[in-house]
Amino acid sequence: MAFHRFDVVVVGAGGAGLSAALQLVGNASVACITKLYPTRSHTGAAQGGVAASLGNVEEDHWEWHLYDTIKGGDYLVDQDAAEILVKDAIDAVVGLEHMGLPFSRTPEGKIAQRRFGGHTRNFGEGPVMRACYAADRTGHMILSTLYQNSVKNKVTFFDEYHLLDLIMTEDGACQGVVVYELKTGEIHTIHAKAVILATGGAGRVFKITSNAMASTGDGMGVAYRAGVPLMDLEFMQFHPTGLARLGILVSEAARGEGGIVRNSTGEAFAARYAPTMKDLAPRDMMSRFIHQEIKEGRGIDGKDYVLLDLTHLSKETIAEKLPDISDFARVYLGVEPTEEGIPIQPTAHFTMGGIPTNNDGQVIRDAEGTIVPGLYAAGECACVSIHGANRLGTNSLLELLVFGRRAGKQAMHDLDSLEFGILPPAPEADARARIDAIKSRSTGAKAPEIRAAMQTSMTENLSVSREESGIKETLALVQQLKHDYADVTVDDKGAVYNIDLMEALELGHMLNIAEVMCVGALDRQESRGAHYRADFTSRDDAGWLKHTVAHNGPDGPLMTYKPVTITRFEPKERTY
Amino acid sequence: MEVTLRIKRFNPETDKKAHFEEYAVEVDPRDRVLDALNQVKWYQDGTLTYRRSCGHGICGSDAMRINGRNRLACKVLMQDLGKRVTLEPLMGFRIEKDLLVDMDGFFDKYKSVKPYLIADNPPAHGERLQSPEERHLFDDTTKCILCAACTTSCPVTWMSDDFVGPAAIVNAHRFIFDSRDQAGAERLQILNKGTGVWRCRTVFNCTDACPRDIKVTEAIEQVKRALIFGDQ
Repeated sequence: MAFHRFDVVVVGAGGAGLSAALQLVGNASVACITKLYPTRSHTGAAQGGVAASLGNVEEDHWEWHLYDTIKGGDYLVDQDAAEILVKDAIDAVVGLEHMGLPFSRTPEGKIAQRRFGGHTRNFGEGPVMRACYAADRTGHMILSTLYQNSVKNKVTFFDEYHLLDLIMTEDGACQGVVVYELKTGEIHTIHAKAVILATGGAGRVFKITSNAMASTGDGMGVAYRAGVPLMDLEFMQFHPTGLARLGILVSEAARGEGGIVRNSTGEAFAARYAPTMKDLAPRDMMSRFIHQEIKEGRGIDGKDYVLLDLTHLSKETIAEKLPDISDFARVYLGVEPTEEGIPIQPTAHFTMGGIPTNNDGQVIRDAEGTIVPGLYAAGECACVSIHGANRLGTNSLLELLVFGRRAGKQAMHDLDSLEFGILPPAPEADARARIDAIKSRSTGAKAPEIRAAMQTSMTENLSVSREESGIKETLALVQQLKHDYADVTVDDKGAVYNIDLMEALELGHMLNIAEVMCVGALDRQESRGAHYRADFTSRDDAGWLKHTVAHNGPDGPLMTYKPVTITRFEPKERTY
Repeated sequence: MEVTLRIKRFNPETDKKAHFEEYAVEVDPRDRVLDALNQVKWYQDGTLTYRRSCGHGICGSDAMRINGRNRLACKVLMQDLGKRVTLEPLMGFRIEKDLLVDMDGFFDKYKSVKPYLIADNPPAHGERLQSPEERHLFDDTTKCILCAACTTSCPVTWMSDDFVGPAAIVNAHRFIFDSRDQAGAERLQILNKGTGVWRCRTVFNCTDACPRDIKVTEAIEQVKRALIFGDQ
């Protein structure tokens, strides 16, 4: 067993993890752990832009951005947190430019900006150009730039180490992590005063998803097992334009640049549902519109997809501003986007819920906001909550920057009072026992079979439209699968790069996350943002203007509730 | 359709030498090679090992030799490969296990060219200005995903350990030709050494291998021209 000691351990090397690490390096000893190489993180798959009211192309104000974020989140957004997000946005985006990010530029040489779903001028009057972009590779450029600066500043990386456990003391403080070195199979204990979780989302719980195979919710799963609750997990965003059958993301930037979604009759149907914003209505709504068109038989050839039409855009616009998504359409579907519509359907995309934190990235253990000393979370694995019931496009890259940085700063500040405590005896024993049990078993279900059953059922019953019978069916299945998982087996018994074992460990997290998603979705008898219940079709502010906080109970998730912070904008009807 | 995957296998814990094994899989013609590999791993032999993550050519994890050419497994469709598909690890790097190779040396070479913006004194308020024309000069090399397909397709890399390789040069180019950067001369000196650009024999394998369609050889030639003529 290997042992290390750092002031701070950051788990995850995507946008949030690197932003946090860059705040700390040079001022404290910091290690950044990733189960991939940093540049493989899923931040790199983001395409369309990062929001900031720079006003480089047209008038814009952070107050407008704030309103859009709150309304976009169907009023479940904690408004004090969202205010931090939109105010810090300008500094965060300009800071990226200073670090070297190659933004696309306006003719005057400023950072270029484009339209995006749900982002409006003057509190909803019409679309505004707020998304700062680098072609349709903004996430790749952000991840590259943050990694380049991590190399420059000599951040210590543990590449290809998989998170196994948080080390918690008896009085509930976090004192480090236990990780698994993929290259050797060795278990490492890393003692730390502070741990920052930045492990990303859990889209792989679903079959049809835009998410990387690495997006298995490890941080959420490990925290939940350690007694940290999970907040608002019933809110999963389905991006309206995933490549049909595959789920690969086709950026909202395609519609920001003028693309139109059409049904089998060729109708640009979004205008019928959202007369002002049309195809730039927020994602939850666009996905429901598509779902409704398909349900009413207007999918293409009666099937479960519609077309994203870019044919009226100039070839130059497509080549300059949307090169990667055009490439995806050509490679994966054999479709030439300058000449024909791209088959698209909603795809599981973003986990709005996650590990609850306060506005400084400190993880909280209950609805009252009690802090878990030494534990922080930022990015998609966290729930602040700035996205509420539905995230606006371009606000996730922004979240990584703003809240990754805040978590890093707060950890740095807290290092004065945090100490290297006495570790519990054999902190790695539990993880080692789990691994040994999986590897030594010869009979029992295999992870791929359990995982496929979970993913298929989650996509079937917990997608764009949900109702009690379907959710109950999936919940029962997930609970059965958890039972099967207790005897999970692997083919690979070796020590070197045992990816078979890693996938089995990831599945353990995903089953817990799926269960919490189901219980939350069943519990929330209303429709709000991305959570649409066909049997409770309206929003119920009297009953449900509150966050769900799920605790890991002996017989499954136990729900408590946390009030929503409202500062400036009272809930009202949400039309676009 | 049924296809046969002929996969080079090597388990350092049990094997002395790498060998081929064959797997029959039922695939949709539109499936990616990665989907076929997953079919084998998940339902036939869980010990089969390779890196993968995003599944659509953005993260750079799953570069390998597919029918003898360096490609991303998630960016090649089965329908374009025929009924027998040979999958091998990238050439020139030590095989860790099956299709997974040691990337440490690759990243060390990447880091050796100072692949980050070096520039003093950003403005106190707002962004630095850069014209679309200035931005265009290095657009192509910003696309690199560090998959190593180029570097491991290069005969010079196969022959010697010390050549910095196409990927590192691409990442130096990205900053040398960025109007905001002030350390171009420093990077050019690194690439002027015996381990640098002059080792390139313009074979164009790197350009052919790049899954992001970066004109790698052209970028290397631009660096050579900058060294000779100073025209960066």
